[in-house]
Amino acid sequence: MMDAATEDIILKGISASPGVCIGKAYLVYREGVDIVEKYQIEEKSRSNEIKRFKAAVKKARDELRKIVERSPEELQRAHILETHMALLKDKMLYGSTIDVIKNEGVNAEWALKQIVSNLREIFQTMTDPYLKERAGDVVQVADSIMQNLVGAERVNIAAIDKRVILVAHDLSPAQTSQINLERVMGFITDRGGKASHTGIIARSLEIPAVVGLKSATLSIRNDDLIIVDGNTGNVIIHPTEDTLVQYEERKINYEEYKAVITRESQAPAESADGVRIAVMGNIELPEEVFALINYGGDGIGLYRTEFQYFNRSDFPGEDELFDKYRDVVEVMDPKPVTIRTLDINGDKALANHIDSGEKNPALGLRAIRYCLKKPDIFKDQLRAILRAAAFGNVRILFPMISTYFEICEANRILDEAAESLEKEGLPYKRDIEIGAMIEVPSAVIMADVIAESVDFFSIGTNDLIQYSLAIDRGNEQVAHLYQPLDPAIIRMLKHVADVAREKAIKVFMCGEMAGTPHHIPLLLGIGMDELSMNPQTIPDIKRVIRSLNVADTHAFVNEVLKQTTAKSTFELIKATYGSILAEQTYIEEEI
Amino acid sequence: MTNSTRSAPELSRQVIIVNELGLHARSAARIAELAQNSKAAVWVKKGAEKADASSILDILTLACGKGSKITLIIKDKADRQILEDIANLIESGFGE
Repeated sequence: MMDAATEDIILKGISASPGVCIGKAYLVYREGVDIVEKYQIEEKSRSNEIKRFKAAVKKARDELRKIVERSPEELQRAHILETHMALLKDKMLYGSTIDVIKNEGVNAEWALKQIVSNLREIFQTMTDPYLKERAGDVVQVADSIMQNLVGAERVNIAAIDKRVILVAHDLSPAQTSQINLERVMGFITDRGGKASHTGIIARSLEIPAVVGLKSATLSIRNDDLIIVDGNTGNVIIHPTEDTLVQYEERKINYEEYKAVITRESQAPAESADGVRIAVMGNIELPEEVFALINYGGDGIGLYRTEFQYFNRSDFPGEDELFDKYRDVVEVMDPKPVTIRTLDINGDKALANHIDSGEKNPALGLRAIRYCLKKPDIFKDQLRAILRAAAFGNVRILFPMISTYFEICEANRILDEAAESLEKEGLPYKRDIEIGAMIEVPSAVIMADVIAESVDFFSIGTNDLIQYSLAIDRGNEQVAHLYQPLDPAIIRMLKHVADVAREKAIKVFMCGEMAGTPHHIPLLLGIGMDELSMNPQTIPDIKRVIRSLNVADTHAFVNEVLKQTTAKSTFELIKATYGSILAEQTYIEEEI
Repeated sequence: MTNSTRSAPELSRQVIIVNELGLHARSAARIAELAQNSKAAVWVKKGAEKADASSILDILTLACGKGSKITLIIKDKADRQILEDIANLIESGFGE
């Protein structure tokens, strides 16, 4: 539809992966599934209506079975799909729908819709987060039946070979495992956030993505010309000539910029006065390693290990974990891979972790606390890490340390894990660096004691800020009070860095603060040895570091420490480094 | 959750959920698989609530975590072996 549009339609979403793409929309879900017609079925036709329903279920089952058979094993999703297969025939879904058709004489679509909304309500009102999420399974399963019923042409995602922009309401695990994302220019979804699985995949493939658009699938039709701006989170439907020209230019600019900094980024980050700072990447999936290497990461500063524990009802075994870790460690060798042990908590509830209905999960049984309470699960992971360590440069990072006792216990269990490997004669490496995450105020205060038992600190600013300022970032009422530049936070960071220097251990930072260009002068001045961030921000941060003089930043920190508010600290940064930062980073003004 | 109405003769057995993960999707699916071969109804009862053992979704709604005490009920003596099999499966912790 290239006919002269006179006005752009702009949708605002969340930027999940940077870049700009312009192309034709390809809707993964056709419309029609959400709008369900209701009509009466005469008594004599009801058995036919039931047959039609049964056929739709059978087709959905057959399709799912094919996906299960084709799914590569390493995707670890097959068991979810198998549960979906069993759910298709579950009495409460299958039997009840048939009952409604038979007894109420309504069409199959309507009967199914009624049953699903009841089921969804039952599950959504449950307190256990695992069970709550099963509502999503019911909906996905029902959608697959519904598509067959309404005769919507089923989109075979695996067969997409056009260069298109995918538009979806949400991408289920079954769909993401099928999509040949290399063929897709970019994608946008109604649901999801920055940390959603699809966002991670988009970033690792370096294609633009915008998520959380709410109504993209309603506003966009197949073959519509759309622009996806992954830098700002904007999606433009039916762009005008002028807008198109503007974005073509932006796209070229961005790609040139990216090409330049990616090339530059392979070189180490050395400040203007010759101080080298390691700029590392945070990853969650082994697939992200390649993007990290592309962006010039000096290693992995934070390897989050929770992903393998999600979406399953049992715990991953030691061998399975070992295989994944070893892949990453071997590819990165000799660069360091910092593996953070299991950090499950309230917003990342483990499918198989029976929730005890904690009122305040952020202050509850999570991370190291959970692992120390479940030494068997913990030991499986530690053994897998020690075994992977034999293949490269591994460090272990224990999350959420809040007392000295916890680090002692973690080290003790690590020793036990090493002893058991020794006894079994499996290859492993015990002589690796051990670190404590500093993300709880009590650990900041006890840093000098904790330092005796570790080789490095890694400051997790997201939680440290949240716990120190007593701010729940998810709470809109107080989210604005979440200020990385609050003087209290800066003093804590300074204290931790000072202790590390005194005790001759290293100090790293792996929170969002480390990946924010305007925080860099401050972090260098405080004396961070290593910064770790989302891989795509590595080139920017390297550029900023190269333009700074570390000796100057020490003096700058003294000025910062005189500030009494986050606002005045920010003003000081702007006044001192504003022009350098503007030159070195890619900032686009909004059209 | 279905209310029991008829008072047919029934056999029951009490079991305690011992596996770490409780009755979640996968374990529920294994129970349902067994119960689907029964001649008459098989129920899982927890407290005052009752679920159809042949439905994964119904079992899930009981929210049985580790340590939950549940009662398995069969309506027909012919299903005795199924009752035993389900009880053994639960008591063995689903082989986890």
